This record gives sequence, C-alpha cells and structure tokens, in this order.
Amino acid sequence: MNQATTATGASEVVYNEDVVRKFILAATFWGVIGFIVGTFIAFQLAFPALNLGLEWTTFGRVRPVHTSAVIFAFGGSIMFATSFYVVQRTCRAPLFGGRLLANLIFWGYQLFIVTAALGYVLGVTQGKEYAEPEWYADLLLTVVWVAYLVAFAGTLMTRRVSHIYVANWFYLAFIITVAVLHLGNNITLPVILFGGESFVKSYIWASGVQDAMTQWWYGHNAVGFFLTAGFLGLMYYFVPKQAERPVYSYRLSIIHFWALVFLYIWAGPHHLHYTSLPDWTQTLGMTFSIMLWMPSWGGMINGLMTLSGAWEKLRTDPVLRFLIASIAFYGMSTFEGPAMSIKAVNGLSHYTDWTIGHVHSGALGWVAFVSFGAMYYLIPKLWNRTRLYSLRLVTYHFWIATIGIVLYITAMWISGIMQGLMWRAYDDLGFLQYSFIESVEAMHPYYVIRACGGVLFVLGSLIMVWNFIKTIQGDLRTEDEFVAPQSAAAE
Amino acid sequence: MANVEKDPVSGTNTTGHEWDGIKELDTPLPKWWLTTFYACIIWAIGYWVVYPSWPTLNDYAKGVFETTNRLEHAKEMEAVKQSRMVWTTKFEGKDIEEVANDSELLNYAMAGGRVIFADNCQPCHGASGSGAKNFPVLADDDWLWGGDLDSIQTTILYGIRSGHEDERVSDMPNFVEDETLTPAQAEMVADYVMSLSGQGSASEEAKVLFEDNCAACHSEDGSGQQALGGPRLNDGIWLYGGGKDAVLSQIMKPKHGVMPAWVGRLSETEIKQVAIYVHSLGGGQ
Repeated sequence: MNQATTATGASEVVYNEDVVRKFILAATFWGVIGFIVGTFIAFQLAFPALNLGLEWTTFGRVRPVHTSAVIFAFGGSIMFATSFYVVQRTCRAPLFGGRLLANLIFWGYQLFIVTAALGYVLGVTQGKEYAEPEWYADLLLTVVWVAYLVAFAGTLMTRRVSHIYVANWFYLAFIITVAVLHLGNNITLPVILFGGESFVKSYIWASGVQDAMTQWWYGHNAVGFFLTAGFLGLMYYFVPKQAERPVYSYRLSIIHFWALVFLYIWAGPHHLHYTSLPDWTQTLGMTFSIMLWMPSWGGMINGLMTLSGAWEKLRTDPVLRFLIASIAFYGMSTFEGPAMSIKAVNGLSHYTDWTIGHVHSGALGWVAFVSFGAMYYLIPKLWNRTRLYSLRLVTYHFWIATIGIVLYITAMWISGIMQGLMWRAYDDLGFLQYSFIESVEAMHPYYVIRACGGVLFVLGSLIMVWNFIKTIQGDLRTEDEFVAPQSAAAE
Repeated sequence: MANVEKDPVSGTNTTGHEWDGIKELDTPLPKWWLTTFYACIIWAIGYWVVYPSWPTLNDYAKGVFETTNRLEHAKEMEAVKQSRMVWTTKFEGKDIEEVANDSELLNYAMAGGRVIFADNCQPCHGASGSGAKNFPVLADDDWLWGGDLDSIQTTILYGIRSGHEDERVSDMPNFVEDETLTPAQAEMVADYVMSLSGQGSASEEAKVLFEDNCAACHSEDGSGQQALGGPRLNDGIWLYGGGKDAVLSQIMKPKHGVMPAWVGRLSETEIKQVAIYVHSLGGGQ
C-alpha cells in the first residue's frame, strides 16, 4: 500500500541534480590533480633532485597535498555527489534544505580543500597524517559537515518509501563517524588564544602515546568509514544499477554492515604495534582487525554475487568492469589489511613500502575504480545524454589504469618485503648485514617502476576526462557494439 | 509482503523492497562466510586469554603466557648478546693495539666496524668515509686530531666540541670581529693560506701576519698541529670548502663542526671495532 502511493508520488519529486553535477566535476578536477601530484612525488622519491631545492616543493609538503587531494578532494567530492544522487532517488525525496544548503556544502567544501592545501605548501600543518589542516580549516570543515549531515539525514527523514536502502545506511555511518573522528582528533588549542603570535599554529590537547593513539584511531577509521563504508554505500547503488540485477543478499548486507561498523572502530592500534602503546591496546587492535576480515568481505560477496546471472555483461560493459574490478581489489586489500595487522607480519611490514602498496591497492584499485564506474554511469544521466561519448575509451582507461596499479603494487610488495628483510638480516658473526642506506639504494628501481605505474594511472584518468568532455558536449563516437564471443559464434 | 517475487536466474525470492528499481534477494548468509567469521572471533578470544588484553579500571588482563613486548625484546637482545659473547669476551682487557694485532679479532672488528660505521657514522662522513662538505673525509691521511688507532678511538669516544668533559676542542677565533685583523689583512692572510698549497702567491706582509696569528696552531709551514686540533692548510684538502672565498669566510666567520661523543651510546668493544674500521679506510697511521 505504502509502496504504491509513493510510486505515484514519485512523478512530483524534483531531484536536485545541480549539486551532483558540481561535485562530479569537482571530483574529476581534483582527481586528476591528486593523481599528477602523487606521480610527481613518486618521482621525487626516485630522483630527489625533483624536490627542486625549494621549501614549497619538498616531498614533506607536497605529500599531504597528494593525500588530501585524492582522499578528501577527489574521494570526498565523489561521496557528496553519489550520496546526494542516491539518497534522493532511493528515498524518492528532493534533497533536504534546498539549493541554498546544497550550494553552501559545495562551496564550503571546495574552500576547505583550497585552504588546507595552501597551508600544506606554506608549511602550515598539525603534523597528523590525514588530519594536517590547522584549526581554522578544521572549523570550516565542521560547519560544512554538519550541513552535510542535515541535508542527508533530512532527506532520509522526509523519504516517501518505508525502508531505508542499504546504501544509505553506509552513507549515514560514513557521515556520522567521520564527524566524530574529525572532532575527536582535532581537539586543539590555537596559540593565538594564549598570547601566541602565530594565527595558524595550534597544539593538540593530548601528547605522547595518547596523541598517537587518538591519531590512529582517527587515521584507521578515516580509511574505514571514509574509504570503506562510504564507498560501499556507493557500490550498493551503482553495481545493481549497472548490472541490472537484484542485490545478492539482504541479510548479508545487514549483518556485515553492523559487524563492520562495530569492529572497525577498534582496529586503529594496529598502526602502533611494537611502540610505547600498552600491550593490551595492541592486542585489541590486532584481534579486532582479524575479526573485521569477514565483515569486510561481506561487501565483496554482495557486490560480486549481485552479478550472478549477469557475468557475461563484463565482456560488453567496460563501466561494469570498473565496478567489479574495484570489488576484487577491495577483497584483496581487506584480506591483506588483517594479515598485516598480525604482529608477526607487522614486524616485517611496518615502516616499509609494503604499507604504501597496501594503501594504494585499496585507494587506486578500490576507491578510484569504483568511483570511475559511478562517474561513467552518472555523466550521461546528469547531462541527459543517451550514452557516453565512447565505450572504447572506457576500455582503454580500464586497461591502462589496471596495468598502472599492477606495476605500482607489485613494485611496492617487492621493495617493501625486501626492505623489511634487509633491516632484520644478520650475518654469520651476529652483525646487521645491511646499513639503512643500503636498503634505500636497493629500493631505487622499484621507486622508478612505481612512478611509471603512476604515469599510466594519470594517463587513464586523462582519457576519462576527454570522454567526459565529449559526452557533456553531446558528441557520440560511432563505434561497433561490443559483442560477446558466444553471440558472435551464433551469428 | 505483497511484492515478494521469485528471481528467475537464482530461483531465490526477493525481499519485496524496491528502491529506484533496485531489488534485494533474500539469500541466506553464505555458510563458509559465517563459519570463517565465527572462527576469527574464537581465535580472537583465545588470543585475549593468552596475551595482555582487556583493560580493567586501573590494570589489564595479563594473559596466561605472562609475556609483553618488552620481555620478548629483552629476550631477543639477550640472545644476540650471548651469541656475540664468544667474540666480545675476547676483547676484554685488550687495548686497541692488541686487538688490531690479533688477526682473528681484527677480522671480527672489521666486520662489526663496517656495520657500526654504516649505521652511525655514514650519515655525516659518507660511505666508506668519503666525507662531505663540512664533514671530514676519513679515507685520506689528512687527520685533524691524529690518525693512529689510539687517537681515532679517543675522538670517537669523546667527540669534538661534544659537551663531554673529555671532548676534543679547538677554537678558531673570529679574527676580524675580535679586531685582531682588519678585513684587508684577513684577505691577505687568505691569499697566503692559498699560496701554501701552491695556489697563487702572497706578499711578505701576509706571511708575517700568518706567522703572528695563525702559526701557533697551524704551524709556520701550514702543516697543522694535530695535538691542538689545528688543521693542516698546505695540502689542498679543505673541510669547509676550498678556494679563497671559503678560506676567507673561515677567517672572518669561522665554523666549528661538532662530532658527538659515542661513549655510552656504543659499547667500548663497539668503539674499538669502529675505530679499527676507520683506521683501515685508507689513512690510518
């Protein structure tokens, strides 16, 4: 009964797609910037002369520009765009707060990104990984985030369907938890309030191991709720849409959602194994990471198995291929993560490039690929085009970027494990076999390979931009349809 | 629910919900998934029992293995120490000359010294003691404080301007600021210093200025005095950069390099090893 009335009511709903379009364009822009900056600093590691001898262009200042550009500017804009698109459609309600609130969120968030990035380059930083912005930028983000919560939760509350779709649970968990993390990790005292001269400088309330623990509670759950829960929300809408199949298991989605959000929040201490962090805290961090393995894989199963009955579409639909490959990368890195949290493994992997490889198999393979899939889905819909300009270009993007990722993560696996082994190698007389600098020298070729992987990833993203421009202009490239092999044989 | 339907592909019922065309199947939880999840939880509980885990108000569960990171680390370090004892006990009561004259101990010292040098000395002195601007080359025979085994060992033990009570100190004065030399005179002295290594020529007046002001530490012929830490100036090897400008800068605004004391940071045996290694790099006397 309820379903029927909302179905007829749907025709009256006018969705706010303007803010979605803006965020998709912002995501495209920041994504390319972030990929290029990342590739640049990868080359800096291989060839230090590229630091250019200028304070503004040293690795230490440019790296947070890369991480913030890809996570917060690209990933964040994707989250805003897709959550606003999905919540309106699955609630059959217009975005709460109207155009004014939506525009406040968009421009406020862009201002935050620019403010933060300028700070990094000029040397203004809290020195906390992924939480580098100083107090004034933190306050700005807080305002924007509260507005985001109001718009999203308001839309949920004014929904015209009885149940809340699983994608929205994930989006809401992402929004609420990121708010808690942001506030908890940035409790800081600006020195200017205490007679200090600097406007920008502040000190975090905690120090020592308490600060470290707070930081990694934040850092790990930024990965957990920003890059995992949020993007699972995205996956739960765009995979069934693109595959045109029902979600594999409703029960699995409930169980793995609650298990994921409950267990993830404990796992942070695994970033501080074998430090001055108390043993019991390390134990809990490690064991919760292990228990997190299956809840993480619940998302993978639900994503991949949604394709059952539609596997052949992978041959003909490169957009779906992006989405499914992303889930495969997700499954791989959510297995690798718990494995690396085991103290014996961590003793080898910690402080090595293995960590960097792990992060990038998640960031490039999962986050970026699932985002590309959603963007290719959304662009023709948002600009009312019949289809993308070219599916062939999507295929090129897919393969070039995939080769880039494979180069990246294999180079980092080899160099990371080699690093870890070199650091702990003893010779016959009981002396360390290698000095630190010898391990640095040994990594050079892998740094070059990694940077080349980055070049391919950038190249793929530029192909995507070209495809977007042509699609938005309304051009359609004349292309043969992709033909699945069995139907070709039937002809 | 009224809208429950059978999915023709999987044969599974849907839940009856639909959002923007998306339906959900009512598939049960995969068995292998649930089993693995339970196994992980049981494993975690087992781990909590044996290792330090849940906190209480002012303590935490110690675990039945009664171990900690620190204990394990101490055990590992003790094992390494024991394995090295075979050798390190042979160092006891032997001075550095005796160690260097015992071919077995010398071999051991060279192997250990290489590693100790690479991890502690190389950042300033370069690989194999190749040096860098402001940091002395250790592979040549231009020694600031002496290049025999004992002198090298003393320098490593107590450092240079390190703040240790037995530190080595030499203090190049600031001749111009002290008004000992006028800027013009300082320039003449710099010319003279350059001429000591055969670069250019200098006046007789410059020679007199050098002998009056510099020779006490650097010797009249510029060959330096290692006992005072007065660097040699006549061999074309420069610590703070070659060329007249760099020399003049050292007369007018002298730099005073610092080397830390290693006593207390490295064991006595380790210091002997690394001293022998440095001695072997090319300039040992």
